[in-house]
Amino acid sequence: MEIQLLGITVLWIFLYGYLIVASIDFGAGFFAYYGRITKKDHIINNIISRYLSPVWEVTNVFFVFFFVGLVGFFPSTAYYYGTALLVPGSIGLVLLAIRGSFYAFGNYGAKDSNLYMFLYGATGLLIPASLSTALTISEGGFMVEEGGTVVFLVKELFTSFYSWSVVFLAIVSVLYISSMFLTFYASKAKDLPALELLRKYALFWSPPTILASFLVFMSLKNHNPEHFQNMLDYSYLFMLSLFCFLTAVWLVYRKVRYGTAFLFVMLQFFFAFFGYGVSHLPYILYPYITLDTGFTNETMGIALVIAFIAGLFLLIPSLYLIMKMFLFDAKYVQGDRVK
Amino acid sequence: MPELDSVMLSRLLTAMTLGFHIIFATLGVGVPLLISGAEWIGIRRKDEHYRLLARRWTRGFVVTVAVGVVTGTCIGLQLSLLWPSFMEVAGQVIGLPLFLETFAFFFEAIFLGIYLYTWDRFKNPYYHWLISVPVVIGSTASAFFISTVNAFMNAPTGFELKNGEIVDIQPLVAMFNPATPTKASHVISTAYMTAAFVLAAITAFLILRKGKSEYYKKALHFTMLTGFVFAIATAIIGDFSGKYLAEYQPEKLAAAEWHFETEKGADLIVGGVLNEDGEVEHELRIPNALSILAHADPNSEVIGLEEFPEDETAPLFIHYLFDVMVGIGMFLVFLSGLYLLFVKWRKGNPYWRPLLWTIVASGPLAILAIEAGWIFSEVGRQPWVLWHMMKTSEGATTSEHVGQMFILFAALYILLGTICTTVLLKMFRKNPAETEFEQMKKR
Repeated sequence: MEIQLLGITVLWIFLYGYLIVASIDFGAGFFAYYGRITKKDHIINNIISRYLSPVWEVTNVFFVFFFVGLVGFFPSTAYYYGTALLVPGSIGLVLLAIRGSFYAFGNYGAKDSNLYMFLYGATGLLIPASLSTALTISEGGFMVEEGGTVVFLVKELFTSFYSWSVVFLAIVSVLYISSMFLTFYASKAKDLPALELLRKYALFWSPPTILASFLVFMSLKNHNPEHFQNMLDYSYLFMLSLFCFLTAVWLVYRKVRYGTAFLFVMLQFFFAFFGYGVSHLPYILYPYITLDTGFTNETMGIALVIAFIAGLFLLIPSLYLIMKMFLFDAKYVQGDRVK
Repeated sequence: MPELDSVMLSRLLTAMTLGFHIIFATLGVGVPLLISGAEWIGIRRKDEHYRLLARRWTRGFVVTVAVGVVTGTCIGLQLSLLWPSFMEVAGQVIGLPLFLETFAFFFEAIFLGIYLYTWDRFKNPYYHWLISVPVVIGSTASAFFISTVNAFMNAPTGFELKNGEIVDIQPLVAMFNPATPTKASHVISTAYMTAAFVLAAITAFLILRKGKSEYYKKALHFTMLTGFVFAIATAIIGDFSGKYLAEYQPEKLAAAEWHFETEKGADLIVGGVLNEDGEVEHELRIPNALSILAHADPNSEVIGLEEFPEDETAPLFIHYLFDVMVGIGMFLVFLSGLYLLFVKWRKGNPYWRPLLWTIVASGPLAILAIEAGWIFSEVGRQPWVLWHMMKTSEGATTSEHVGQMFILFAALYILLGTICTTVLLKMFRKNPAETEFEQMKKR
């Protein structure tokens, strides 16, 4: 495999990882707040905080990892994205900062603050919307290079049907992924009332997710026909994704095998995300940066790949350890070991 | 007055973010070492006081870590948002340590999560302590890697510029550049030192308020001893840093020391002010000390500012920052030394109220020294963002919205700073150590 391709694959895997873990986190925040205002918090909030408390920081690292890796492997993205994304990026950062720190303030410090819960829940839906801007921009048409500087076309972005359909998809899929995961987690905890409630949320959010995916498809056809054509070449990946979606929802509907159902949710997004990614190539940022023009020098590319592999040897056992202790440890999940 | 263009605003926003972040980052590097040390002593000596100490410090630590993580994410992205041209160039050479830093951070995040939720989960208490080791390693390693990036900006090596193109890149040479040893070790030892004095200050304050129980006595001794060790280490490394500057960045040292003319046997200037003619007044001169600091030889030659073009030297106010940093450093060595003397000396009273009040002041002073040291280091390399290679003005964004973003982030940091303080105060007031110790004994 060419080193450029290896580089972007590594980054894409991390972005996929972030998509899954962050969706669980963002959605959980929303459900926790929603539970509070609908007076159902006693049912679900234990489940949510038991899962989130040990892992929220890890979620954040996936994100840092992705953007540091992107600048490392493709330094010219820093130039284009950096200039264009100052405003949406900063807003996203402020939201992330509020969310992360208020989670800690609320959970380790002052418990039971409605305001903290609100901030935590609301930002959970705004962040995916603001972060998805970066993906929207990568389709081209939202920035031009004029006289040596990059100009970001804010108005174009706000009036584009495509960009709004991406925002819509980001929000509903966060709620869908999260409720699917929490359903599984509640079933592991043998917490029946929570399971029943979360299962309802999961089924409720599944039709909008698939609807939003179709909307993104359709609007991309108008926005970037070249990319749309490429996607058709990989249509089997999207069919697989649809199949996984149907399986997951069917399992949850039948109230069986919640763990397998969540695995299918992950596969559903895996196929869709990689289908989207591979058909986007060779462009990183259409039409300014391609895989070859944006790639860092050969030496640094190799050094980064070596560092990446060495790092994985450290990370995979550690991630396994944390999952074993907090995700697959029946006693912890059921609340016996929470102190 | 320099005009508030996007270059200046980008500098101010970066300075504000870093200035806020380093308070939490310094504690984030230093406190895990003290927590791990206290827990280890607690297990080894079967001393519940030390184990409670580790627990309570950890609880406060999580809140500061959260702010450190989110502001660290901010500065990480702001590098690309505010300095796109710089990152495009530097990213090719220092992508490796930046990438490694996130690995170290990842490692730390995973084990901190485990550490927090496994206090009573193992039969063998050493297992839980072992989990703190990767947290210490991870936080120190990330300080190391990020310091190499900053060192690279001061001493860019490991590549060549040919007609504006970057060629012959050697990532490891760039990472282990001449500034790395002094910079990284200084950052790490001051972080350990500062964390120790901050915790000592809190303890001293509680002794003053509530009297000296066994628990507080042990806490004070442990933190002051750690503080003393790292204050000495910092002083030694600081001396090496001076010698590094004399050799590689003489104009930075000359600006810091108001050393205008190249001369042998140069004096060290302490304090003083510059009058309108650019002459030094009211200063204290230590004969030949600058030559000793620069070359370990009282009669050696120290290069003065006159040798450099005026538009390539840093503003002269950095002298004050240098004095603040060194002055506080010396004071901390003296203070912790005095405390230890009072402990050893039979007639001494280490809980003498004026001494305790001075220890209370030492925490904020240590933080102040960190801030002064960083501003000195960063402003001292102006006008360069890459020393002798790229000027700061060439690296900044061209966006017109930096001003608004400055206000946005200023509001964020004020909010986070205020609430973080309130939460920490509330947390420990609501649950004093004495009651917690009683509960712990019952278990």
